[in-house]
Amino acid sequence: MSTLAITDAPVAATRHKQPPAPIPFRRILGVELRKMFDTRAGLWLMASIVILAVTATTAVILFAPDDALTYGSFASAIGIPMAVILPVIAILSVSSEWSQRTTLTTFTLVPSRSRSISAKAVLTVALGIVSMLVAMLIGAVGTVVGSAIAGVDRVWDAGPGVLSTIVLAQILGMLTGFMLGVLFRNTPAAVVGYFVYALVLPGIFVTLASVNTWFADNRGWLDVGYAQGALFEGGLSSQQWAQVLVTGIIWLVLPMAIGLRALLRSEIK
Amino acid sequence: MINVDSLTKTYGRFTALQDVSFTARPGRVTGFLGPNGAGKSTTMRVMVGLTPATSGSVTVAGRRFADLPNPGLEVGVLLDASAQHAGRTGREVLTIAVATMGLPRKRVEEMLSLVGLTPTEADRRVRDYSLGMRQRLGIATALAGDPDLLILDEPANGLDPAGIRWMRDLLRGFADRGGTVLLSSHLLGEIEVIADDIVVIGNGRIVAQGTKADLLAAAGTLVRCRDLAGLQHALAAAEVDFTPTPDAPDALRVDADPEVVGELACNYGLALAELRSADSAGLEAMFLELTADTQREGVAA
Repeated sequence: MSTLAITDAPVAATRHKQPPAPIPFRRILGVELRKMFDTRAGLWLMASIVILAVTATTAVILFAPDDALTYGSFASAIGIPMAVILPVIAILSVSSEWSQRTTLTTFTLVPSRSRSISAKAVLTVALGIVSMLVAMLIGAVGTVVGSAIAGVDRVWDAGPGVLSTIVLAQILGMLTGFMLGVLFRNTPAAVVGYFVYALVLPGIFVTLASVNTWFADNRGWLDVGYAQGALFEGGLSSQQWAQVLVTGIIWLVLPMAIGLRALLRSEIK
Repeated sequence: MINVDSLTKTYGRFTALQDVSFTARPGRVTGFLGPNGAGKSTTMRVMVGLTPATSGSVTVAGRRFADLPNPGLEVGVLLDASAQHAGRTGREVLTIAVATMGLPRKRVEEMLSLVGLTPTEADRRVRDYSLGMRQRLGIATALAGDPDLLILDEPANGLDPAGIRWMRDLLRGFADRGGTVLLSSHLLGEIEVIADDIVVIGNGRIVAQGTKADLLAAAGTLVRCRDLAGLQHALAAAEVDFTPTPDAPDALRVDADPEVVGELACNYGLALAELRSADSAGLEAMFLELTADTQREGVAA
């Protein structure tokens, strides 16, 4: 604060202005996109998508046996870190606004909270698709380089079908993160919630299935991780698709609706 | 123009705001005064739609805040200067606001120089900002859209005396050009030097409001006299109300003009040590008295 000069501010120079035009949705999209990248934490999270994909690819080349240097191996190796990092990015896109209390500014400049949240949701899905495309490209490079180093034939054993269901699975994972961000509106709580979803629930379901035959028979309709696991294998039957849908409604759509309702009505402090 | 109409806000059985009504007018600085926890911030959050009211309504520029198409261009808001992403630079915080409002990027530099943040300071992250610098950044965000109204919650917090002076002149100029300013404070002195109108809130209710001149006139006269008993006798005989003041043992606050008190003293042959309009002392006494129920510390009356 070097200067304390009292400038004649360009403030309120003209009275009786024209009523301003509404804020277009694409501008909100642009601002929200910028907010994903404009902190060190945000930038590193984005960079980590590429870094982790490259690391996973390198690990496959170094450690996998020669006959496993197929595109399918690279795709599943990259999928594992992606399944952790992408939902965390989705969580933060919502919860950091509350944890950092920037909602005070965001929702006074754009009072329609649903527009800001919609923009974040659109960007989350778009980011998921772009990240997966980048990851697949890195996997393809890994396949070419890996097979050349090992002197084996390139094997493209993951076709468009399974790749698209893998992308769908990753996007469902991101939307789960987004939902937890909306539901908790608090970064630590949402991250813990995600690990309950990803690590604790599957354990409970496995135990249930082993002690209860009815549950074991109907597990696909209730266990979201089990139902979505089929997406990573590809070639889903119509029953498996129905199970993805039903578990999605129970574990994603319903809590999202509850969270959104609370978010739109809650008090911003 | 900001119009607050019978605002009530309850949290379960706790009533945070009860039937709060007041108006902030164009061309005037309206000071919103009250002790901590009186309901100033809650009222301001309701104004901008961040807190839903239990009943009552607020209009800014004739409309609900939520109905403003691009609120930043009409109402500048600063609710909490500390509520900024610690990892963003000051320039980035302003850039986001300017981009949301759809203003040209050069507005960022204009606002930085207006609030006296140097380019080096603007490139630092907000976590390294002092409260005073955050207030300046918040003011820059509020003013960026060239609004007609300003809603500022405790904007002078953390500013040094020169900064407070700067803010006062800035807001004075804004109001003189026809803008409406509503600013809150828990410090009477801060409000007194800048406000044209004063709204006093205590315990969620409006306890006094009016122009500063009216409120000061109502504050009465401060008089000191060695013969305090004689003065009290004279005042009682003339049926003029008075109260002792905590400031001095030989002083009284009298509900009458200084002229009336002076003539009275002359008639009774009393020598006065001091005779003046009670002004801030009176306003402060009134402030403490009006908000006594809500004070955390008991008021020695």
